[in-house]
Amino acid sequence: MEALSFFALIVDSAIRLSVPLIFAALAGLYSERSGVFDIGLEGKMLAGAFAAGTVAALTGSPWVGLFGAIVISVVFAVVHGLASITYRGNQIVSGVAINIVAAGLTVLLGQTWFQQGGRTPQLPSEARFLPINLPFAETLAEVPIVGQIYSEVISGHNILVYIAIAAVFATHWVVYSSRFGLRLRAVGENPSAVDTAGISVVWLRYRAVIICGVLCGFAGAYLAIAQSAGFIKDMSAGKGFIALAALIFANWRPRAVLLTCLLFGFLDAVAIRLQGANVPGIGEVPVQFMQALPYILTVVLLAGFIGKATPPKAGGVPYVKER
Amino acid sequence: MSTASDQLPRWITLGVIPFLNLLAAFVVSGLVVLLIGEDPIEAVGILIWGAFGFGEGVGYTLYYTTNFVFTGLAFAVAFHCGLFNIGAEGQAYLGGLGAALVCLHLDFLPLPLIALLAIAAAALFGAGWAFVPGYLQAKRGSHIVITTIMFNFIASALMVYLLVNVMAPPGKMAPETRTFDESARLPFMHAALEWIGIDIPQSPLNLTFFLALLCCLLVWLLIWRTRLGYEIRTVGISPSAAAYAGISTARLTVIAMAISGALAGFLAVNEIMGVQHRLLLDFTAGYGFVGIAVALMGRSHPVGIFFAALLFGALYQGGAELSFEKPKITREMVVVIQGLVILFAGALEHMFRPQITALYHRLAPSPKPSEA
Repeated sequence: MEALSFFALIVDSAIRLSVPLIFAALAGLYSERSGVFDIGLEGKMLAGAFAAGTVAALTGSPWVGLFGAIVISVVFAVVHGLASITYRGNQIVSGVAINIVAAGLTVLLGQTWFQQGGRTPQLPSEARFLPINLPFAETLAEVPIVGQIYSEVISGHNILVYIAIAAVFATHWVVYSSRFGLRLRAVGENPSAVDTAGISVVWLRYRAVIICGVLCGFAGAYLAIAQSAGFIKDMSAGKGFIALAALIFANWRPRAVLLTCLLFGFLDAVAIRLQGANVPGIGEVPVQFMQALPYILTVVLLAGFIGKATPPKAGGVPYVKER
Repeated sequence: MSTASDQLPRWITLGVIPFLNLLAAFVVSGLVVLLIGEDPIEAVGILIWGAFGFGEGVGYTLYYTTNFVFTGLAFAVAFHCGLFNIGAEGQAYLGGLGAALVCLHLDFLPLPLIALLAIAAAALFGAGWAFVPGYLQAKRGSHIVITTIMFNFIASALMVYLLVNVMAPPGKMAPETRTFDESARLPFMHAALEWIGIDIPQSPLNLTFFLALLCCLLVWLLIWRTRLGYEIRTVGISPSAAAYAGISTARLTVIAMAISGALAGFLAVNEIMGVQHRLLLDFTAGYGFVGIAVALMGRSHPVGIFFAALLFGALYQGGAELSFEKPKITREMVVVIQGLVILFAGALEHMFRPQITALYHRLAPSPKPSEA
């Protein structure tokens, strides 16, 4: 019983920690499946978080805050699109630039507008996304195992958590069952074939990049106005890169993204719980090792020792029409 | 639409276009300054004065320049081989570990010997950290951009662990090593010049500056005057041509990455042995990422890199002075300007090209094939 509720607690916090990863990894999925590499997930998430914190503080509404996050994140995404689609610049450099601009601008503007060392004001609870208790959670809590899991793990999250899970399955449908998804996959593998079929490579990629921006906005809003009560300097703290790692680990497939993000979230939750604790048989596991584990696993995967990562073929290459 | 292959004279591709890109970045930065309610023209004045207006400022500018030269060269060497090493941050971090180990444990040796050993250790550790992604790229086809990003984070976790649990002296709360002995510190420039009777204001500028200049020369020799450099450039321009010529892409990938990592490691010589005199968290402070911009702006040529590094060094120091004079413009303004410069000079570098090409052809109707 004790073990079960401890486990439920860890899974519960694993879900909370994996939500921004899920949004950001799905964002990267759309972009990279279309052939546009995006290492700027981190920056878009951070900019989105700042926008969400600012707008929610000014309007008092989490939904308007979410909208603000999406708008700003899409603006950054379109800049990335301009650089990598229209002007055929280097997509990696563009991503690096977006990360740096976002890191600087959020603190600079935050300090100018609110004078709280780069933070946005502490949000009252009505300006945040609060946990929702699913029906019968209270009553079912008494039922052993099933009821406990229902009330502690499944119920009691904020709306964005459920949206994230739904987004995974929606993405799966879009990518594998819709016309847009077919073209999206095609343009990332062989853009000239798509072009020959009379479909605009440029417009297709722009749509993918904009969807990427929308989802990064969700990720940022989750950080600033669901998980915390306001924006804090550098609050994305490398999550955009873990999401990138998760995307690669999941081999650019939506449902695998969900599992990988849950795994990485779980590692994070365990790392927080195990801080300084002794694991039987191993001794004290350094918390830094747990934090580095997602990156280490991704490198091991990329090295081809567990499975094989096969990125979209045309990824990172600007498309030039035949002359 | 015109493409990048349009014939333009060198003074346009190497002069006018980078200038316009830089100008665009500064104009947008000016708008940001306006947005936070300050006068951009006045800000530029303070920035330039802060960077070059007085001796101490110049010292700081050159000290920052030293860091950017190393990370810029590091990126450029890998880039000549067609590799995108964005792991300079992690490689420099590990380089710091190497330098610190020498300075902490071999400080009974005379200073010149310690300095040489520390430089070698910084290079070795940096190269080692770059070797793994290089090897994985060469032998297993793992994408170097992703592995170097991952290695940055792994380096960061490793260093936190080492500094908190292993290297911090007992009883000290701060995650940093003890301060190095006097004998294991590189002399500051003002101290060194005082010995030969020249008096300059105090600043963190130290003898590593000469190492940076030397590295510029060595990289130039390596890339354009040696067989290895020729092979590196061949692989970078056309891996298939290199393969036909009997050059092993795998071997050169590993070598170029190791050299790149070693150059990044030298950043630690400047920071750890020259200025901080102890190993501490996050001393790399984003220099590794800015190195990408430095190399791109400098067109991966050591002379270009030096001047690009000087520009970023001036921005750093001038920005510090600016945030001192104008508290509303915080230190992060420099970060924003850096990001914008990377964006406009790197990612959007072709933005003005079509217009410039059209203008050039209108003004010079019969351009001769460039002979220069």
